[in-house]
Amino acid sequence: MAAENTVNRPAKKAGSAVGKTLLRLLLLVQTAAVVYPLLWNVMASFKTNAEIMDNPWKFPKGMEWINYVHAFTTARIGEYMLNSVLVVILSMAILLVAAVPSAYVLGRMRFRGRSFFTNFYMAGLFVGGVYVIVPLFILMNSLHMLDNRFWLSAVYATGSLPFSIFLLTSFMKSIPHDYEEAAMIDGCGYFSTMFRIIVPMARPGIITLIVFSFFDFWNEYVMAMTFISSDAKKTIPVGLSNLMQIQQYATDWGSLFAGLVIVLAPTILVYVLLQKKLTEGMMLGGVKG
Amino acid sequence: MKTRKSIFIATCLLPGLFLFLLFKVYPTLQIFQKSLYLWTGLSDKPKFIGLQNYTDMFQDDTFLLSLRNTGLLMLVVPVATLLIALVNASILTKSKLKERNIYRTVFFFPSILSFVVIAILWSFIYHPTMGFLNAGLEAIGLDQWALPWLGDQRVVLWALAVTLIWQAAGYYMVIYMAGIDGISPELYEAAELDGATRIKQFIHITIPMLWEIIRVTIIFSINGVLSISFVIVSVMTAGGPDHHSEVVMTYLYSQAFTNSNFGYAMAIGVFIFVISMVLALISNRLTERGTD
Repeated sequence: MAAENTVNRPAKKAGSAVGKTLLRLLLLVQTAAVVYPLLWNVMASFKTNAEIMDNPWKFPKGMEWINYVHAFTTARIGEYMLNSVLVVILSMAILLVAAVPSAYVLGRMRFRGRSFFTNFYMAGLFVGGVYVIVPLFILMNSLHMLDNRFWLSAVYATGSLPFSIFLLTSFMKSIPHDYEEAAMIDGCGYFSTMFRIIVPMARPGIITLIVFSFFDFWNEYVMAMTFISSDAKKTIPVGLSNLMQIQQYATDWGSLFAGLVIVLAPTILVYVLLQKKLTEGMMLGGVKG
Repeated sequence: MKTRKSIFIATCLLPGLFLFLLFKVYPTLQIFQKSLYLWTGLSDKPKFIGLQNYTDMFQDDTFLLSLRNTGLLMLVVPVATLLIALVNASILTKSKLKERNIYRTVFFFPSILSFVVIAILWSFIYHPTMGFLNAGLEAIGLDQWALPWLGDQRVVLWALAVTLIWQAAGYYMVIYMAGIDGISPELYEAAELDGATRIKQFIHITIPMLWEIIRVTIIFSINGVLSISFVIVSVMTAGGPDHHSEVVMTYLYSQAFTNSNFGYAMAIGVFIFVISMVLALISNRLTERGTD
């Protein structure tokens, strides 16, 4: 027995070492498939037009910072970015005003119609985006809401509302009821109980929601493209796709790549800082079967 | 006291309900109603034509082609995405590699990128002269494999499918990793003692224990293809060459905003809506397990 064991162990170990190497290889290939396109993009943003047209595997000869200057001046990336920042802030504000009180009431108070409203919002999870873009466009046209960053933000906030209420309601339920009772005894009204006691306690849930919605709002494309017509109000994704179409005729590829890097950089930064929050949030609110 | 509570509840629910009714419920009701009208342009009066839009749909070759393309993507992309996600998730949770958090961070990254950025990036990867894909194939002597990926009717859809998989695999991987962490380690230890290989453990423990989560992700992923393919296609190919990468959403969009065919576009919307509901039900049924 003992002899067999000593013979077997190293063999098994060697086998698992080979297996580990194979797994690593598989994972490294995939890592390259994710990382290389992004690196390639960064390299291209420092190339001259002639270099970009030449061999795509070559390193840039010099650093063409002028591409970045062009991205800001002729391609107006900076302006689009400001618009995106404005729209994200507005959408977030509207979303929080609409979702937090609703989730509080639906998650913690007893009243008639509670389950009706909860199911009502749940149904909203299944009615998404592009199906309703035509009637939404017609509605906004007749109410003079088109080409308006505030109303675009309101539509964004509405789109995230069902998921946000779903996420926050389950969070609200986990807070013990004693806190409210104590607050009530101390003479707090409904509103101050909500704002002073519950909202601070639900902060982790609210932060998760903000992180999630940030990416949604920052990256949204279809509605921004449809509902905003003047160039000065366009958001980053729309600006970039316009830029791509323009560059096919202007062939200033360098500034398009620089534009992409400018858009990627904050996303990577936010991701690195909030990576944990993001994946935690997915486990919290995402799929529970 | 009672009325103060009711006022509080109403005030809390009001902002959300206002937005929801205006921007979600009303437009949804509209697509069902207005899909029965001939409506061509904002200034026109819609004219009731019953089910005409729906019957037109099935004689519209471009629509049928877009439906076929969408169907193919909805089949291929979820299967490949979820399979890759599952395999990666179980490797990263079960093989205890030291650097596993790096892989997790890297693989998840594409799913937070803007679809537009992804679409632009990939249209350059596939670019016949500027892209590194063809240049790479030539460099390793596979010149004959180099293709104008997005300009070739036979491969364009597959090229788009790869982009969609690249985008989503990491997202589902993270979901599955959370699920696998929730499976009792004793099950794996017991299997290990019985001499089950890692592949056997994957098939007989991981997949069955995750099945409820997998079911949900199948539906998520099918729906994801429907909406994400819109952005990917409209930026990368605009449906070309000759509608060979047209998907139902891009077709709906161009019917509405290029041809001002609002009634017809809404009929397509209703059709897709119903189809995706039916698909969700079917995949739910098919993946349901016997008695539980």
